[in-house]
Amino acid sequence: MYTVSPISTPRAEFWAGVRATIPLLIGAAPFGLIFGALALNSGLSLAGAAGFSAIVFAGSAQFIAAGLVASGVSVGFIILTTLIVNLRHALYAATLAPHTAHLPQRWLIPLAFWLTDETFVVVASHYAKKDGSPHKHWYFFGSAIFMYINWQAWTWLGILVGQSIPNPGAWGLDFALVVTFIGMLVPFVANRKMLLAVLVAGVVAVLVNGLPNKMGLMVASLVGVAVGVGLDWLEGKGRGAKNRSEADATRIGESG
Amino acid sequence: MNEFLLILGMAGVTFGARYVPLALLRRFTLPDPLRRGLAYVPPVVLMAIVAPAMLLPADNRLDISLGNAYLWAGLFAFAIAWRWKNLLLTIVAGMGLFLLWRLMG
Repeated sequence: MYTVSPISTPRAEFWAGVRATIPLLIGAAPFGLIFGALALNSGLSLAGAAGFSAIVFAGSAQFIAAGLVASGVSVGFIILTTLIVNLRHALYAATLAPHTAHLPQRWLIPLAFWLTDETFVVVASHYAKKDGSPHKHWYFFGSAIFMYINWQAWTWLGILVGQSIPNPGAWGLDFALVVTFIGMLVPFVANRKMLLAVLVAGVVAVLVNGLPNKMGLMVASLVGVAVGVGLDWLEGKGRGAKNRSEADATRIGESG
Repeated sequence: MNEFLLILGMAGVTFGARYVPLALLRRFTLPDPLRRGLAYVPPVVLMAIVAPAMLLPADNRLDISLGNAYLWAGLFAFAIAWRWKNLLLTIVAGMGLFLLWRLMG
């Protein structure tokens, strides 16, 4: 008997993607709520606040940009900061690219637009499963569309109730994002190399947090990945040396 | 402040960061060590966001005092996530302790 992929239809993939994303919808909710509440206070218009969520769709970058709007820096500076904060998405896209290479542009463009931290983590784990399903982009779509609708709804609610809440930023609801990301990252730490790469990234991120334009995030991420690659390389070298010595031993055995 | 221009620019750079690698890497494949390096991306990037949020909650100042709810509720969330590997439980328990910590503090 051969095994057939348990999820093989587009519809089943779509709903599996939605289901995997449900905890993340809950985690993003308070974050969207305070974004909406803070956005008008930081000087954005109603259309601007809603436009950030609908057209830019980038949680943490929206917060940083709203803060910069309040501090009155130039449009160019805010756009540059947004680019640097969101460069991590280029790493995400590069990770997913081998899996989406076969898709036509009508898929690629919306999936790229909807690529958030949350959807990336869920989708990357799903692509890593070797179940041979040809419809995993539907899983991606299901996760992405629900993250998007959820974000719009909570932004709007935040805009509506934000007016009547004094100092919405002081509640610490931004911790929802921190705790969500903690829950997302821990399952990845399955071996020592990963643990070391993650710890180094965390330490570097704290050390370089003061860099302009929030550049520290990208620096710390690249250092963490470099540590991982370095450890892989060392391990490969160690294994190579071991194989060589085993081969030598075999040869010696043959000659003896 | 030209809000329209701001949103257009932010949307452009954000979409660009997400789309360009997806589109380019349809034709090229990355060299193997680089490809394996990408496996480190998800947890590493998340940690680079989480660590400063826990340790430097305000004004880029290191705060390891008991008054820093971000740090202690965050560490608690790490423990929960490690023990049960359950995302929803981690979010609810972490957020719960955070709010409790703030109420007490």
